[in-house]
Amino acid sequence: MDEILKAVEAVAPGRETADFRPGDTVRVHYQVVEGDKVRIQVFEGVVISRRGGGASETFTVRKISNGVGVERIFPVSSPRVSAVDVVRRGKVRRAKLFFLREKKGRAARIREKTAY
Amino acid sequence: MSALMARKVGMTRVFREDGRVVPVTVLEARPCPVVQVRTVERDGYEAVQIGYRPQKKSRLSRPALGHLEKAGAPPVARLVEVPKPADRDVKPGDFLEVSMFVPGEKVDVTGLSKGKGFQGVVKRHGFSGGDEAHGCKSKRVPGAIGQHTTPAEVWKGKGMPGRDGCSKITVRNLEIVRIDAERNLILLKGAVPGSRNGYLLVSKAGGGR
Repeated sequence: MDEILKAVEAVAPGRETADFRPGDTVRVHYQVVEGDKVRIQVFEGVVISRRGGGASETFTVRKISNGVGVERIFPVSSPRVSAVDVVRRGKVRRAKLFFLREKKGRAARIREKTAY
Repeated sequence: MSALMARKVGMTRVFREDGRVVPVTVLEARPCPVVQVRTVERDGYEAVQIGYRPQKKSRLSRPALGHLEKAGAPPVARLVEVPKPADRDVKPGDFLEVSMFVPGEKVDVTGLSKGKGFQGVVKRHGFSGGDEAHGCKSKRVPGAIGQHTTPAEVWKGKGMPGRDGCSKITVRNLEIVRIDAERNLILLKGAVPGSRNGYLLVSKAGGGR
């Protein structure tokens, strides 16, 4: 891609790091606007997909809320995403973990990645 | 009202402060040297001639070099005449830069659209074409092109197949999302005519009419 375009996308006011991968459990701090107030909402779950590149990269986080599976898609470089904390590194063998949708409870577990 | 020549870099997207995504076209507009100033006294109208597309000296003809040298302008491949800036006085050797625009401002962009080659009436003129199913055999044909004994001719301007694209197109009222004076970049909301690396005239909206 054009160097200038890359530079423009780099200026996108994202957080410095986007160091998480599918399989990781993350806490996404998302700014929610309510009237004239900005509140931070935390969404914790497993990253099941990252797609796109540059300014248009997004990731999908899945969690089980009150027995119901909930997925949210966040843009990686959105200024509304104020932080992404990695709670746990997962050991997975594929880039898209959509198979987790079919699994429940113990079957939906992901092994933790151990440091080498 | 004034204008500037810029190169289309490509499209991407940027985030506004509130998190909304805007599709943008990135234009690179290196400073354009003013080569000549047309005045009412001498030429009967006001305008400035600006140069764009920096070029090696060896690639220019002697007359072209002399013309640029007279203005104290760097070697450029192309010249274009644009309306005189209303808010400032320019003389040969000055530069028109991206700083003449501010974010939020509206601009018109003129350029040569991408050539499409020989195209049928559906793509070229937006005809609806025929039925794609039910045994219909006229899927993308123009259909009837006239009436009967009266008027016994095909009206001038009737939409027909032919060469499409590669024509001068102006897109009006594009919003400037961001200006990067350091890198000479203009980020416009939306699409502009032509291919990447094509040159475009960016003028303040409503100018030159």
